[in-house]
Amino acid sequence: MVENRPWLTLLAHLVLIAGVAIVVFPVYVAFIASTRGPSEFLTGVIPLTPGDQMWANYAAMLGTGVSSAGAPPLGPMLWNSLVMALAITVGKIAISITSAFAVVYFRFPFRIGFFWLIFITLMLPVEVRIIPTFEVVASLGMLNSYAGLSIPLIASATATFLFRQVFMTIPEELAEAARIDGAGPLRFFRDILLPLSATNIAALFVILFIYGWNQYLWPLLITTDEAHYTVVMGIQRMATAADSEPIWNLVMAAVILAALPPILVILAMQSFFVKGLTETEK
Amino acid sequence: MATLTLDALRKTYPDGSEAVKGVSLDGADGEMVVLVGPSGCGKSTLLRMVAGLETITSGTLRIGERVVNTLEPADRDIAMVFQNYALYPHMSVYDNLAYGLRNRKTPRVEIERRVKTAAEMLEIQPFLTRKPRALSGGQRQRVAMGRALVREPSVFLFDEPLSNLDAKLRVQMRVEIRRLQRRLGTTALYVTHDQIEALTLADRLVVLNAGRIEQIGTPSEVYDRPATLFVAGFIGSPAMNILPVDWLAAHGALAHSLPPGADLVGIRPDALLLERPSEAALAIPATLELLEPAGGETHLYIGLDGRPDPVTLRVQGRPDLRDGAPLTLWVRPGDFHGFTAATGRRVA
Repeated sequence: MVENRPWLTLLAHLVLIAGVAIVVFPVYVAFIASTRGPSEFLTGVIPLTPGDQMWANYAAMLGTGVSSAGAPPLGPMLWNSLVMALAITVGKIAISITSAFAVVYFRFPFRIGFFWLIFITLMLPVEVRIIPTFEVVASLGMLNSYAGLSIPLIASATATFLFRQVFMTIPEELAEAARIDGAGPLRFFRDILLPLSATNIAALFVILFIYGWNQYLWPLLITTDEAHYTVVMGIQRMATAADSEPIWNLVMAAVILAALPPILVILAMQSFFVKGLTETEK
Repeated sequence: MATLTLDALRKTYPDGSEAVKGVSLDGADGEMVVLVGPSGCGKSTLLRMVAGLETITSGTLRIGERVVNTLEPADRDIAMVFQNYALYPHMSVYDNLAYGLRNRKTPRVEIERRVKTAAEMLEIQPFLTRKPRALSGGQRQRVAMGRALVREPSVFLFDEPLSNLDAKLRVQMRVEIRRLQRRLGTTALYVTHDQIEALTLADRLVVLNAGRIEQIGTPSEVYDRPATLFVAGFIGSPAMNILPVDWLAAHGALAHSLPPGADLVGIRPDALLLERPSEAALAIPATLELLEPAGGETHLYIGLDGRPDPVTLRVQGRPDLRDGAPLTLWVRPGDFHGFTAATGRRVA
C-alpha cells in the first residue's frame, strides 16, 4: 500500500516510536542500573542517567563473580551457555535437515507414519516430558555435562517440519535433472539441497541459537556443579539469593552481558535471516 | 548415436491404473520421433520411462543394443530437457552445464571444451557466469538444451520443452531444435501436446491416446491418411469434419462415390470448397453460421440441414459473405476419409 498523506505518516511514526520506547525503556533502565553503585537502586528513585561504576561492575562480574550470592564468575557461565546454545543449534539443524531429506525424497515403508511421529513430538515440549527426560539423562550419567545440557533439547519437530516445507517447494524436476546428471542422493543433498536451503538454515540458526541460549528450566534441573552453570541460571541465582539483598547493579551488568551474544548472532545473520523468512524464489 | 527400441512397454501404477498399455516403437539412428496426444494419454510417462525416472512394469527398452530397463538415468546415456527447464538456481550457467560432467569425473579440459562448444552452438557464451534467474525464458531454454548437449548422449529426450515460451519464441526455438538435432544426428524422442510442433518437428509421428499408440507414421502420412477417428480429430487444425454416410447419401451423394464399408466420413476443412471444382464433386446445400477471419485465411462455420453441429471450412483470403447466407459446398470424393463407427478405424 503506497499512500502519500503527511499526517498518516506522522501518526504511523508516532505509533512506531511509542512501540519502540516501550520495548527499549526496560533495557535502558537495566543498562543504567549496571553503571551505578550497589545502593542507588534501593532508594526507590530510579535514576535515568549513567553512573560512574560501569567498569567496576562489569569487571566484578566477569572477573570474580559474587560468591556471596552464589554466582560464579560470568566468563565460564557465558562459555557454558555458548557451548550449549551452539550444540543445540547445530545438532537440531543437522538432525532435522537429514530427517526432512529422508521424509521428502525417499520412499520407505511407514514414511508418513514416521513423519507424524516426528510431528507429534511438537506437542510434547521439554517442560511436559521433563521428569522422564531427567530420569533418562540421569541414568545415562549425563548430569553435569555438556551432553546432558544439549542432547535432550536437540530432537526437533519444528525444524524438521520447516525443512520439509522448504524441500517441498523445490521442484521435483530438479531432483530428476540431478539424477540424470549422475548425482546420487548424498551428492544431490550436498550440491543442490544444502545451497538452496542456505537462507533457511541461517534463519533457523538465529531462532534456535536464541532458543538454546535462553534455556532455563532444563539447565537448572540437571546441573548441580558450578562448572556447568549457564548464564541464564546464574542471573536467576543472583537475583533470588537468599539471606541478602539482590545486588541490582551487578545483576543488571550480568543481564546486559548475557544479552550480547544473541544480539551479535542476529546482527551477523540479519541479512540472511530476513531473506530466509521472506524469499520465495526457488 | 544409437537406435531406440521400445518393445511392449507397460506402466501400471500400484493402485492398478495403467498409464501405458503396451507401446512398441522403433527410433532409427538420428531420427526425431515425436510423441503427441492429449493430456493424460501417457506420453510423458512413456518419456519418463525411457529416461529412467519411472520404473518399467513390463516390456523391454533398448538404447542401441543395450537393454536399459533397470539402469539408473545417469547410466542410460540419455539427456533430457524439462518443460520448466529444471536449471539449478544457485549455480551459474557454466556450472549448470558442467555439473553432470563433473559428476562423471570428466577431465577439466574436456569439460571446458564441451561447455564452450555447446555455448557457441546455442549462443549463450555471454551468460556463462550468470545465474538462471538473471536470464529470460528463451535464454533459460537454451541453457537447458546446452545441459543436454554437453553430455553428448545417444538419445535426447524432450518433455514439452517449448510450452513455457511465448508464441514467437516457440516457433524460433522449434526451428532451432530441429536444426541442432539434424546437425548432431542424435536420435531424439520429443513429447508435445501441440500438433503443429509435432507435425513440423517429426521424422516420425506417434499419436498416443489413453496409453496406446493410435498411429505411427511420417507427419504427412498421419495427416493425409489418419488411421483412426481419434487421429483424424486430433491432428489438423481446425479439426476434421465428421459426417455420417447416411446423411451424405440422403443429401445427394452417390453410393459409389463413398468409401465402401464406412459409416462415418471425415472431410478436412480445406477439402470443403465454396466453388465448383473442375472434376466431379458432391454438392451440399448449407447455411453460413459464422465467419471467423484469421489473418491470411478465414474459417467458416457452416450449418447443415439436420446436423446438430456446424462443419468448419477453411479458405485462403476473405470471402465476401455474410452470416446467414445460403451456400453450396463442394467436395471431391477423393477427399473423403472413411471410418467405421464401431471400431473407429479407417476403412481402406
